Formats: sequence, C-alpha cells, structure tokens
Amino acid sequence: MSLYLKDISIRSRAGLSLFAPLSLKIPSGKVFTVVGPSGIGKSTLLDAIGGHLKNGFHLTGSVVLNGRNLTNLPPESRRIGVMFQDEMLFPHLSVGDNLAFGLPATMRGKEIRRAAVDSALDQSGLSKLYDRDPATLSGGQRSRAALMRTILAEPHALLLDEPFSKLDNTLRNEISCFVLAFTKSNAIPTLMVTHKSDDAAATGGTMLELKLN
Amino acid sequence: MINNGQLIRVIVLCAMVFGLIAPIVLGLWQTVKAAFGFMPALGLLEWSTEPWQKLQNLSGFSTSLRLTLTTGFGATLVSFLLATGVCTTLQAYLRPSIVARILTPFLATPHAAIAVGLTFVLAPSGWIARMLSGPLGWENPPDLSTVNDSWGLALMLGLIVKEVPFLLFLILSALSQISITNQMATARSLGYTPSHIWIKVIMPQVWPLIRLPFWVVLAYSLSVVDMAIILGPSNPPTLAVAVTRWFSSHELSMLAPASAGALLQAMIVLLSLVFVYLCELLIRHSGVWWLRKGSRGTSINLGIWITTVCTIGLMILASLTLLSLFIWSLTWRWSFPRLIPESWSLRAWTNSFDSWGVALGNTLALASATTLISLIITIAWLETEDSANTTRSSWINSLIYLPLLVPQITFLYGLNVVFLSINFSASYIAVIWAQTLFVFPYMMIALSDPWRAMDPRFTKVGAALGAGPWKRLISIKLHVLLRPILTAISIGVAVSVAQYLPTLFIGAGRINTLTTEAVTLSSGSDRRITAVYASLQAALPFIIYLVAFLLPAVLHRNRRDLIGVFQK
Repeated sequence: MSLYLKDISIRSRAGLSLFAPLSLKIPSGKVFTVVGPSGIGKSTLLDAIGGHLKNGFHLTGSVVLNGRNLTNLPPESRRIGVMFQDEMLFPHLSVGDNLAFGLPATMRGKEIRRAAVDSALDQSGLSKLYDRDPATLSGGQRSRAALMRTILAEPHALLLDEPFSKLDNTLRNEISCFVLAFTKSNAIPTLMVTHKSDDAAATGGTMLELKLN
Repeated sequence: MINNGQLIRVIVLCAMVFGLIAPIVLGLWQTVKAAFGFMPALGLLEWSTEPWQKLQNLSGFSTSLRLTLTTGFGATLVSFLLATGVCTTLQAYLRPSIVARILTPFLATPHAAIAVGLTFVLAPSGWIARMLSGPLGWENPPDLSTVNDSWGLALMLGLIVKEVPFLLFLILSALSQISITNQMATARSLGYTPSHIWIKVIMPQVWPLIRLPFWVVLAYSLSVVDMAIILGPSNPPTLAVAVTRWFSSHELSMLAPASAGALLQAMIVLLSLVFVYLCELLIRHSGVWWLRKGSRGTSINLGIWITTVCTIGLMILASLTLLSLFIWSLTWRWSFPRLIPESWSLRAWTNSFDSWGVALGNTLALASATTLISLIITIAWLETEDSANTTRSSWINSLIYLPLLVPQITFLYGLNVVFLSINFSASYIAVIWAQTLFVFPYMMIALSDPWRAMDPRFTKVGAALGAGPWKRLISIKLHVLLRPILTAISIGVAVSVAQYLPTLFIGAGRINTLTTEAVTLSSGSDRRITAVYASLQAALPFIIYLVAFLLPAVLHRNRRDLIGVFQK
C-alpha cells in the first residue's frame, strides 16, 4: 500500500511549470510534508492528486495509489480524502449528517448507519452532538468532526492542505496526534502541504521542499 | 473522448443557440425584410425603401423620435445620478442587506403596476392634487395634464421610480466587491472630500461592474412600451408605442412602416449604447487629467445632499403609488377633494372576479412555467461550468444580455410572423418561450455570482468523500445556495409577471394576463377595476419575494452559517 507520484509536473494555461517535476513514494502509514513558499502551487499539487485540478492546468506524470493508476479517474472514484485548513463541514447539515455523508453507500440500513455515526462521534469526543449545527462547535470539535467524516469514507490516502494553521498550539498537537494515530492504525499514506514549519514539525514525518522550476 | 461533462456542455450550448439566440435572429430578420418591403404573405416580393419614406411621413413621427430620446436619456441619466448620489449616504449608514430589503418591494413591482399607481397619485384628480386642494382651496380637479403630458415628464418620472432602486441595488452589490471603507479612509486622510472620492476613486471601480446592466436600463428606457402607454404622451406617443400601435392596426399597409419603425428603434438603441460608450472613453481620458490636478473638493457635499433628498422623495412617492392601488381597488365612492374614500366596497373585486380570475390563472401558469424552465437551464449551465472547471468567457456573458438589449418591439412581431407560419402562434408554449427569452437572462445574472462565490472546497470535500456529480449538486450545492436560488426564482416570477409585449404579440392578444389587462384597462376604464388588476400584479411578485425571504430563514433556522453568509 502506497501513494506513488511519478514525475508529477503541472503546467498553467500560460504553459509554465509550477514547480520542478516531483516524484515521491509515500509508504502506508507514513506522512510526507511538502513545504514551499506561498503561490508555488502546493494546493494545486493536492488538487492534481485528488482529481480537482482546475481547467487550464495541465498535469503530466501519474498518480498511483496501491498499484492503481488514478490519473484519469474522477475525484469521487479515487478514494483520496482531503482536509483543508477550514473544516468545510457542510453548513446545511447537522454534525451527525455531515458524518453520515462520509459513510459509504454500501453500508445499508438506517439503524446500522446511525450506529456507525454515533460510534464515530463517541470516538472523537463529540457524543450527543448528532443534531448540532456545525457552526456552533468549537474549533477543536469542528476539526475532529471533519476528520471523522473523512475517516468514515474509508479513504486509501489522505491529503492535508495546511490543516492545522488556524489552530493554536495545544489544539494543533491534539489534532495532529489524532490524524497520525488514524493514518498509522489504518496504514494510510498521507501527504501534507504547508508553508508553516510548525505544521511540519507537528507531524514529524519526512519533509521535502517544493522548488521553482 | 466525449465525457458526461462535455455532453451536457453541448446540450446547454444548443439550448442557448436554438432557444435564445435563434428566435431573436429570426424575428429580427423578419422585421428587416418587412422594413424593406419584402412581405411574401402580402404578395410583396420586391425590396424597396418605400416603408421608410412612409414612416417618415407618418404624422407625429419626428415628435415620437424626439420623445423617445428625451424620455429615455433623461430618465436614465437622472436615475443614475440619483442612485450614485444616494449610495454615498446609504453605504455609510445602512448595511447592504437592509437596503436590499427596503428596495425589494420596488424592484419586485412590475412597471405597469407602478405606472397605474402613478396615474392615481399624479392625475389632476389624484392624491397629490387632493392634498393640495385644502391649502389652495380647489373645489374641482385642476385643469392640468399631469399624466400623459406632451413632454413625457410623467413617463420619465415613472421610469425613474423603477430605475433608481434597480441601479442602487446594482451599485451596492458592486460595492460589496470593493474594500470601500479602507479606500474611503485612505483618500479622506489625503484630504479628499467624500463626493470627490466617490467620483475619482469609487465610481471608476464600480462602473465596469455595472456597465452592462446600465446599458440594459438605457435600452429599456428607450424602448419601453407598457409604461409609456399608461404614463406617456398619447398623441404622438414615443416611437416604441407608435410602432406597437401600427403593428396592431387593422390596416395591413401599416405593417411595412411599422417594421421600419421597429428597426429604427433598434438602431436608436444601438447608437445610444455606442454614444454612451464613447462618453465613457472620453471621461476615462479627461478624467485622469482632472484627477492629476489633485483638487480635493469643498466640504459642502451639496450633490450628495440633493440626491439623497430627491431619492427619499421618490421612495415616498413610490410607496404612495403602491398604497393607492390597494385603496382604489377597495373604493366605492371617492369624490374629488377628499383624501380618503367616502365609502368602501369589495365590489370591484367580486364583480370582476370572472375576468381577473382568468388573467391571474394565466399569469401564474406562465410565470411558473417560464421560471421553472429558466431555472433548470440556469442551473444546468452553471453546473456545466463547474464540472468542466472553467469560467465563462466574457463574450458569452455579453450574449446572455442580448435579449435585454435588443428592443422587444424589434424582433417580437417578426418572431410572431415566424410562429404564425408554423402555426405555433397564440399557443401557451409560444408565449412561455417568448417570456423565457427575458426571464432566463435575469435569473442567470442573479444566480451566477452567488453560485461562483460558493467555496469550491465544499464540492472537493464532497467528491473526496465519494459523492458523484449529481449527489454533489443535489445534496450540497442546492442546499447551500438555497437562498440565492429562491431569490433568482422570485426575480424570474417578477420578470414574467411584468411581460407585456411578448404576451401581447406572441399570444396574438388571445392570452390575457394581469399585465396585458392592466395596460388595456388603464386607458379610461373604471379606476377601481384597473386597481384590482394592478394590485394583483404588484402583490404577486411581492408575495413570492416574501416567501423567498422567509423560507430559508425557516428551513435553516438552526444553521447559523447559512443564515449569516448568504444574507446579502
């Protein structure tokens, strides 16, 4: 199990490469951190891996997850979870329904699905918050809910886009431990991009710098 | 390889070309042919310029032309000055969301309803004269032509009442995209007065954002028909009204000069837009020269003060107008100098129920169908752009405005000729199609910005969680965007309810709506009956706006972020 990025390079509409070609292999359970200055295309790199690349950007190279080439698959078929610096909990759904959105459709039965969400809420210290408006949660609660939603979708890889940069130091440690424990126990390769060394230090994984072409 | 996204893209493009552009082009072509004497249906198979000579020789032609230009430009210019002036005051004291709420009733009210109400307020026997009769000792209505005056002043006033709120709304939404507070503070610290900052700093940034809608306002003012029939001079009327009359005349020989007039109407609009654009270029060049001189302005902001007072006056007038519609519809006896009716009655409503019931039914049916169709096309279009991860090119954006810029009179009659030739005229479907030409652009314009303003990360997260395109649309976007979607729907209904010429021409006068009836009745019928139709016409869009405002508040009562974020 691994996430393999093979000779990834991204050209913008103007034909310029955003960064020097990138090849890397993230073994399962490991976190790699890509750092680089703002504007070099870190988020675009994650978009490319997740399948969200904007029109006008052109990807060369390939994204291989567990031996499966994902390069031409739509994002919903890639099984790659993403976490942003904002939690992006759907504002129209309750906390519990946000988590239920992540549950695979193959899990059938109202009670079974509800039980799965409730147990996920319990695990993340959000018990009894099923019906809450996500906007009323604290920052830490929101991060945990978003992470749980991602976990419930059973991703085979995880992308983190500056996930902790809004959190204070205590929370950053708490949440990053939470993420790391999950990626380790489920043997999931994780790629994080950040421009803050604090974030990189919090996960303690391999670091690599994105350079201009 | 054609994927799903590209297929939808092709379908949307076809719908656009065949559904929206083709009718305009075909209708325009019919008008051009008829304007040059080529009318096979009448056995005229030779091209000639005779219709143009005939048009020139029609009585009152030159006056009509003059009236069109003075009322169109006058109303647009005054509206623009008032709206920009009052904006400076409003944005300093009121939140945009509150202003939008105050403006909503005036934005929602169809032109014809405002026009009917204005006749009730302005007429020699209207409310204003009644208010003055006490102090001035009038026993009888004064002998003045305060509506349908030969200068077109009442028409201009009517247009201004409708256009100031519209322009104000546009400018305020444009301002929300500019960091106005900081710029204002910076420029004031450099010693500039608010009015100068407004002209030199703010407006140059606002103008590109409101240029197209401003053109729509000008084009509309130059070619308005319903309001000009009710408030404008009648003999001779403005060109658009004259052309409508000639088209509706029983003499077939009038069709050719009418078509020439319709084409002239389009040329007037085109040349006016070119003129405005040249003015813009001139101001852009000479404005820099003025700006470099560095004058700070005097601290007495007379312009701002005057425009604010005028606009407040206009809004009071507009409120009186709406109020007078409801009062007249409930009146039994109301003799001249009295301020309120002597006796009230529901008879105007009950006696005419059979006819207004039909008109209301038709209006509702047409509004629901056109709004639904337009909404589906709008969402399909915006979703296509999203799934292709692309932004709209500016020429397509301008194309959406096309039906709002070409005068209705120029292509609708020609379109009806096309529809007649395929036995399609006077059907509900034909009228729905014709109305959709105008409903769709407004809904598209209303929904585009909020749609694109939605954080794309929501759908990225949705996709990462395994949701396909349909699920992302239905269970994420449509919910998060519920408020702007409902706003677009209410705009669609308001536009549909207000349509006059498409219903009249394409319906061949056989499909009566509240608007066509109100316009017909306004000329000398019983005020009480006219008031019934105009009240319904004003109430219908307003009720929809109210629902659009309340529904998200109820549905999302426990969802703080949705109530907060999209409450522009």
